[in-house]
Amino acid sequence: MAKARVRFTFASELIQEPIIWSLGREYEVVTNIRRANVEEDQGWVVLELDGDQAEIDRGIEWVKSRGVRVDPVPGDVIEG
Amino acid sequence: MTEWITAVMPYTTSLRCKECSRETELLPVNVCDFCFGPLEVQYDYDAIARVMSRESIKNGPPSMWRYAELLPADPENRVDINAGLTPLVKADRLGKALGLNELYLKNDCVNPTYSFKDRVVSVAATAARDFGFDTLACASTGNLAGSVAAHAARAGIRCYVFIPADLELGKVVGAAIYGPTLVAVNGSYDDVNRLCSEIADRYGWAFVNINVRPYYSEGSKTLGYEAAEQLGWRAPDHAIVPAASGSMFTKIWKGLNELHDIGIISKPKTKMHIAQAEGSSPIVSAYDAGIKDIRPVRPDTVAKSLAIGNPADGYYALKVIEDSDGTGHAVTDAEIIDSMKLLAQTEGIFAETAGGVTIGVLRRLAAKGLIGKDEVTVAYITGNGLKTQEAVQDVAQTVNIDASLRDFEDAIKAEDA
Repeated sequence: MAKARVRFTFASELIQEPIIWSLGREYEVVTNIRRANVEEDQGWVVLELDGDQAEIDRGIEWVKSRGVRVDPVPGDVIEG
Repeated sequence: MTEWITAVMPYTTSLRCKECSRETELLPVNVCDFCFGPLEVQYDYDAIARVMSRESIKNGPPSMWRYAELLPADPENRVDINAGLTPLVKADRLGKALGLNELYLKNDCVNPTYSFKDRVVSVAATAARDFGFDTLACASTGNLAGSVAAHAARAGIRCYVFIPADLELGKVVGAAIYGPTLVAVNGSYDDVNRLCSEIADRYGWAFVNINVRPYYSEGSKTLGYEAAEQLGWRAPDHAIVPAASGSMFTKIWKGLNELHDIGIISKPKTKMHIAQAEGSSPIVSAYDAGIKDIRPVRPDTVAKSLAIGNPADGYYALKVIEDSDGTGHAVTDAEIIDSMKLLAQTEGIFAETAGGVTIGVLRRLAAKGLIGKDEVTVAYITGNGLKTQEAVQDVAQTVNIDASLRDFEDAIKAEDA
């Protein structure tokens, strides 16, 4: 089993969609929200995903395909 | 492990989450287990105040390690290539051009690997050695790679540097020379980011800006300490700081406040001004919009060393702007390049593109009257121009002559005319 700590950023048109619920339902991934903030025009959620690595990867690809930005929790780690 | 670490870093006490304030042991971890917020090193400032003074600092080594009590690493074990204590230059010619009488440039171009990264990496490499790591790693497109590889060489430990596969090899010669393993990763910038986070989780390595980040980032505080010392033990009225992740900006402010907390300077009233390139300005965009939530962007700027679209410390940088009554500004690529030339041609300092961002924003602040002409202002120049020569190649204009004195004199007359 693997874990991934990720941050989902939702544009305003996606805020009303139950994407995290769907992720847990469609893929063998346990979602565990740790922090979140939703405003009028954007929302973000920091969460842990628990499951087989391949299933987590597939789940993340699906979330991205829905138009959600997915980043590692520490932010960008490639520095100049 | 904690007892051992407390013994070699006697003035550090814990790691504290910047979000939920929960404290945890001094370990090589960068996020809070509870809320995944970033962790920050805590200190016993009362104990530091008892041992640290202007005199003790002056008697310390001529490097950033003169402030060792305020750094989370064992100074006796330090990985030191002599970073820091770089010149604070009184910039009279540039100041005159901008109408500023008290302008100073903190010239970090002259660090051993030619950028401020030597400060953070020296602390990270030392902490890594304190924790018993045998491998130092980073993901970088330039300055950080060189600094990590140099410090690993100095420490005699293994080094892995991850770069995007499409990065020109010329960009990493300054790292390759120190003998790291260079790993060129196929995929997008996001793919490299994600892979490095996974590797940091899985391997027992010290990834300087991932699992060792709480220690690494503290090295930037020395940019605040040194400016205050070099100004005669006072904080400047204004500081202009270039930003990618926003970490350095927050740490300079923290450093100035720490000097006050331990009784070495008066309370800082420095207005902290953050400088970004328009093509990578998520922090300034949030500042302009009056919000604290950072909207990630896809960087597209000549200032490659500042090209971070999802800045880890963006929110905290915005807090510093607010707390210090500062401002944020973003400048165009054209302004960056023009400012690099202005800096070189007035003060003899060839800065990389990030320096052009700093000077570009300084010019904006001066033009808007946001800096009083006699207010003490420090502009941070954080990397050397030899690293980004392609940005200003057009300056290489020649006067072409045949090999005769007459030709030369005719050409000179034409130049003077």
